[in-house]
Amino acid sequence: MDQPIEFQHKQSAHCENGVVSNLLRYYGINLSEPMVFGIGSGLFFSHMPFLKVGGIPVTSFRPLPGIIFKRTSRRLGISFARKKFRNPKKAMEALDNNLNQGIPTGMLVGVYNLSYFPDAYRFHFNAHNLVAFRKENNTYQISDPVMEGYEQLTYDELLRVRYAKGLFAPNGHMYWVKNIPKNIHLEAAILKGINQTCKDMLTIPIPLFGVRGIRYLSRKVRNYPRKLGVRKAASYTGQIVRAQEEIGTGGAGFRFMYGAFLQEAAQILNKPDLRDLSIELSGIGDLWREFAVITGRIVKNRNSLDESYDKAADLLLVIADREEAFFKKLKLAIS
Amino acid sequence: MKAKDVPQDDANMLQGKLREPIYSLDENGNYTTVQSVGWNPKNEVMKEAWDQVNEKVEHARNKVLSGEMSPLGYYIEKNIMDIGLVAKYMGIWRWTVKRHLKPNIFARLKEETLEKYAQVFNITKEQLIDTNLIKTEK
Repeated sequence: MDQPIEFQHKQSAHCENGVVSNLLRYYGINLSEPMVFGIGSGLFFSHMPFLKVGGIPVTSFRPLPGIIFKRTSRRLGISFARKKFRNPKKAMEALDNNLNQGIPTGMLVGVYNLSYFPDAYRFHFNAHNLVAFRKENNTYQISDPVMEGYEQLTYDELLRVRYAKGLFAPNGHMYWVKNIPKNIHLEAAILKGINQTCKDMLTIPIPLFGVRGIRYLSRKVRNYPRKLGVRKAASYTGQIVRAQEEIGTGGAGFRFMYGAFLQEAAQILNKPDLRDLSIELSGIGDLWREFAVITGRIVKNRNSLDESYDKAADLLLVIADREEAFFKKLKLAIS
Repeated sequence: MKAKDVPQDDANMLQGKLREPIYSLDENGNYTTVQSVGWNPKNEVMKEAWDQVNEKVEHARNKVLSGEMSPLGYYIEKNIMDIGLVAKYMGIWRWTVKRHLKPNIFARLKEETLEKYAQVFNITKEQLIDTNLIKTEK
């Protein structure tokens, strides 16, 4: 493989897409963040009341960490080498080895101790991705996809975040591009990606996922104030919006990003229908943003009983209907 | 969402360290990204989440200062951790950590154990045992 001299960093909304996109660009494959996201079927919805983080049920607009990465590489036929280490020193040695050979290397890290992160985002979240591409005087040059420019971490800082503990503990997990096929079948990969997203949103026979999950969440939200009391109800509802809008989503729980993907796909596949659908999805994203506005008000008045829960729940039902219709159309458009 | 409508409500959540790219539509209906410093509803829910953290920290601070709990309890909340997570970092059982929350047992801990706890919280051993610090820390 030809080795360009410098690793080009490009900011992305979401770390997993961003790392894949940046790594592939280094090897001469230009795929935008939405492209990676779409091929990896990154759009999803799930609400899991029995799975709690910080005592609050998990609502998620994406599949589990690592899945976008796995699907994208599989669908494009690109193979990655991946390794985990029990011994932190060995993990750092292996990284240094890679960097000495000029191999930019992706890593899973915890964000809590990332010194360059804004304080408000420093939770114990352990499935963040970044790339190290050079080491100078015990300092690593870092391309962290959510940041605007290059960052640096010292040996100790990097070791610390690579060995964060808790849910999704990274255990020094690192990965790098091993092999890129001569011909990449982008069209086929896009179609597979879209197909799976439609399937995930429409047909999983468990009511926690896809559009059924949105309806389920609507019922839950309607009952929150009665069941939980004002304060807890506000936290629970606020958590949904945090999952929807926090760093990494590109707005509206990835709906806008997926729209951008469909628009690119329309051109590559020469299917103008997808372009219309991409605009429609932006409209659905706007409904999600409206949901966030209502929730923002609920949370602001968190100490008094708020009538807006019904409104929020109704809106979720509208969104579920719109998304159901949307993904049915999308499925037709590519078949 | 239209690119020109991407909100720029700065509540200093990002501390000027970055701006987030938001995907939106330009005037020709093409997707583009616009850098945003924040959005009010989102700032609101994040503030609420942090208020909850801070409430827990205050509660723990009072308990430590009144002698009901060892300083460990304060630093656990301060670092947004829980007993399970601290136990994982320490490589010991949960119930052992729980035991160390009792001031009289904490006072008898070995130097190495204190050192290890201090490392988990990214402070020194001296800071860990000094309750005066907890009184004054914001």
